[in-house]
Amino acid sequence: MSLCFSADKLKEVQQIIARYPEGRQKSALLPVLHLAQQEFGGWLSTEVMDYVAGLLQLQPIEVYEVATFYSMYNLKPVGKHLLEVCQTGPCMLNGSEGIVAYIYERLGIRPGETTTDGLFTLKTVECLGACGYAPMLQHGKYYREHLTREKIDELIASCSAQPVSASH
Amino acid sequence: MGRKLLLEKAHVAGITTYEVYRREGGYRSVEKALKSMSPDQVTEEVKKSGLRGRGGAGFPTGMKWGFLAKPEGVPRYLVVNADESEPGTFKDRYLMEFIPHLLLEGMITSSYALGSNRSYIYIRGEYVWVAEILEKAIDEARANGWLGKNILGSGFDCDIYVHRGAGAYICGEETALLESLEGKRGNPRIKPPFPAVKGLWGCPTVVNNVETVAAVVPIINDGGEEYAKIGIGKSTGTKLISACGNINKPGVYEIDMTISVEEFIYSDEYCGGIPAGKKLKACIPGGSSVPILPANLLLKTAKGETRMMTYESLADGGFASGSMMGSGGFIVLDDSQCVVRHTYSLARFYRHESCGQCSPCREGTGWMEKILWNIETGKGKLSDIDLLWDIQRKIEGNTICPLGDAAAWPVAAAIRHFRDEFEWHVLHPDEAQQRNYGLMHYADPIHVPQPVMA
Repeated sequence: MSLCFSADKLKEVQQIIARYPEGRQKSALLPVLHLAQQEFGGWLSTEVMDYVAGLLQLQPIEVYEVATFYSMYNLKPVGKHLLEVCQTGPCMLNGSEGIVAYIYERLGIRPGETTTDGLFTLKTVECLGACGYAPMLQHGKYYREHLTREKIDELIASCSAQPVSASH
Repeated sequence: MGRKLLLEKAHVAGITTYEVYRREGGYRSVEKALKSMSPDQVTEEVKKSGLRGRGGAGFPTGMKWGFLAKPEGVPRYLVVNADESEPGTFKDRYLMEFIPHLLLEGMITSSYALGSNRSYIYIRGEYVWVAEILEKAIDEARANGWLGKNILGSGFDCDIYVHRGAGAYICGEETALLESLEGKRGNPRIKPPFPAVKGLWGCPTVVNNVETVAAVVPIINDGGEEYAKIGIGKSTGTKLISACGNINKPGVYEIDMTISVEEFIYSDEYCGGIPAGKKLKACIPGGSSVPILPANLLLKTAKGETRMMTYESLADGGFASGSMMGSGGFIVLDDSQCVVRHTYSLARFYRHESCGQCSPCREGTGWMEKILWNIETGKGKLSDIDLLWDIQRKIEGNTICPLGDAAAWPVAAAIRHFRDEFEWHVLHPDEAQQRNYGLMHYADPIHVPQPVMA
């Protein structure tokens, strides 16, 4: 297996496992998958999932069934910057559809698509718990709230200027 | 100005740090409990307080604690539900972000009462930075002797761990949450056994909402009886309300449960009214799952009484003419909003979030979404409205967990109270693409104090 966490990350995996009682390392699966996604290019390939299974002494199927259940795990490659626009009720009341449309106008991508330069992926997601600060999107680790066209412009400009790896 | 018990100090500069939190009187409840009370005495105070679960169900917390099985030699667990995913709800995030030590303090005191030596915060995966705030606060609490072995020389050991979910509304349901914490898909379990008997890793477990656990702090500091003096009837203490939608001042408000819905929406202390001169059309007062009410039934009950921001008053009239306090996710719709489109958006949400275990929910949520989309886009039939009603009835009560009910109720209430708006969409498909139905009669005063029969 060519794939491997760095020594630092392996230490982090051990710390995660230690949060749970002995013999319960399966509980570490969600956090370790987050870590794996962050380390291995922003998505979970079969190879990555198999590697995680080995680390936690699980059958690969136990990892696949979890990875396919939760919406934060990307099972296909995504762009360096993942823009996840909330579209549920309260965000819709405050214009989330306009935000999706404006991102299309600016970047030419619809939900589920990635720009040809691989820099941006647009996704629509369901309620992220920021309803009072709508419309909003998640960009990597952070929420961008009270969105306007100007804020989208700024976000796109800053991402284009300083590409960083997509993180979750 | 209402009394604040949880957020009173949330904006003191530096309150996220241990030093400032402690200086402001933090961790006193832990001292009091561990040094002068038995675990059962702590539980007794919580029972006396009348505190009800703040996650949505409103079940009495002290009673829930009382159900915890205590077999010899088996660990017990406290798990805090910070999965906050009910559309309209963002209060727990606010509490954890601004005053994280309050949650930890409540957790240590509660863990002592329950005998949990290892307690978990299950936080929704998207709140990455909030998890980091909590982890920093946990490190500080541990460094200052509030976590670890033999806390305050009491012989009580406790540690707290943060566990991030990965995007699944269903994990807010307590048994799905436990499955997820065990590293599995978030499929709810069949109850019984209840978590109080067989919960995390098969051990007795209490799952409580963030706000519920935080409320233990003032309850222990001031006593359960003092806490119970605030509010009306069985709605004791304060409640965090996250207000959103078409209001001037969206945000998180701590209310003591003595104010009216009208005051909450229009007073400058709270939501500050409806923006841009528009009018109140409808409101979902307790998170997207609870019934939507038109303005007239929201502000007054069917009996013509002023509706208050309490568990009982919001539920007055049952589902025929009332709603629920739920999680406190208060969503306001003005007269430019379309109830059909909004209901469609919620139906899409529930279809997306159904775990797929039970056929009525898995199939029914998708079916409702498609029908609502047809009506919204001018391709609906009048019979579709009855079909929607029929589907939601067949979901409700027929699933392992309450997600089925949560998906059925918004559709049922929308049809019950806004049927003419649905019919208008069907009968005027072209016009419905150009404009919305508007306020119509939804804010008209109610003259006949008689509940509308479903």
